Amino acid sequence: MAEKVYAGKTVSVTDDGYLTDPNQWTKEIAIEIAKEEGIELTDKHFAVIEYIREKTLKGEALTIRTIGKSGMVDTKGFYELFPGAPLKKASRIAGIAKPSSCV
Amino acid sequence: MANAQDHPIKKVMIICAKANLEDVYAALVMANGAVMEGIEAKVFFTFFGLDAITKKQMKRLHTATVGNPGLRMPGGLPFPTILGMLPGVEAGVSAMMKSQMEKLDIPPVDEFLELITAGGGEIYACKLAVEMFGLKKEDFSEHVKDIITIGQFYELAAGEGTQIIFV
Repeated sequence: MAEKVYAGKTVSVTDDGYLTDPNQWTKEIAIEIAKEEGIELTDKHFAVIEYIREKTLKGEALTIRTIGKSGMVDTKGFYELFPGAPLKKASRIAGIAKPSSCV
Repeated sequence: MANAQDHPIKKVMIICAKANLEDVYAALVMANGAVMEGIEAKVFFTFFGLDAITKKQMKRLHTATVGNPGLRMPGGLPFPTILGMLPGVEAGVSAMMKSQMEKLDIPPVDEFLELITAGGGEIYACKLAVEMFGLKKEDFSEHVKDIITIGQFYELAAGEGTQIIFV
């Protein structure tokens, strides 16, 4: 575990760069983490991120399939918003734990 | 994971030659898992594996209840082969497996193909097997990109960091 400064705030992160405490998350932090992932966040990104945070904080495990069916974004759109590894990138930007799902 | 950064897997080429539910899912989970990680994935279905991408068969995949030593009764006792021979048993066992998978958010085959292709994965049918079974392009799921030869498959495999996996 390590500490990192995002948007002037010190947060603790895992070795992979995921926030260890989702309550430390702010929109400003999300913007800076997204920059590290090479993503410029738009309202559409934030809508998906908020959805992911809401579901995760409720204790629901998310998969690409559930996000694709959420009505927020379809699977293809999700891959376009967070190119490469959408579930991992979106989770990191959303300040939640690294996803552990296989599907 | 010392070398994970130095020599990452960049592309997986998966060959599925069987129509058993479990083999098809192994191929699909690996392909989708790769796409999820940002790894390029191409799946080549051949011989009986073609059932998984044939519109008529893809929803009817079964697991074998005869000659399958890994199969157990719900309590854990071995599954008697003679029971597996009875009409409807294979369909029942397969339906049970499918409902278990649905609980884990593993989609049915057609939806799984959609997930993979939405993420940029590609699905191919083997030309030789297609000809052997007398199938046509329109017999296949819309997610099948093309019918190709094994030679073309190897051409697609070209590049550093490619792995070929046979199911």
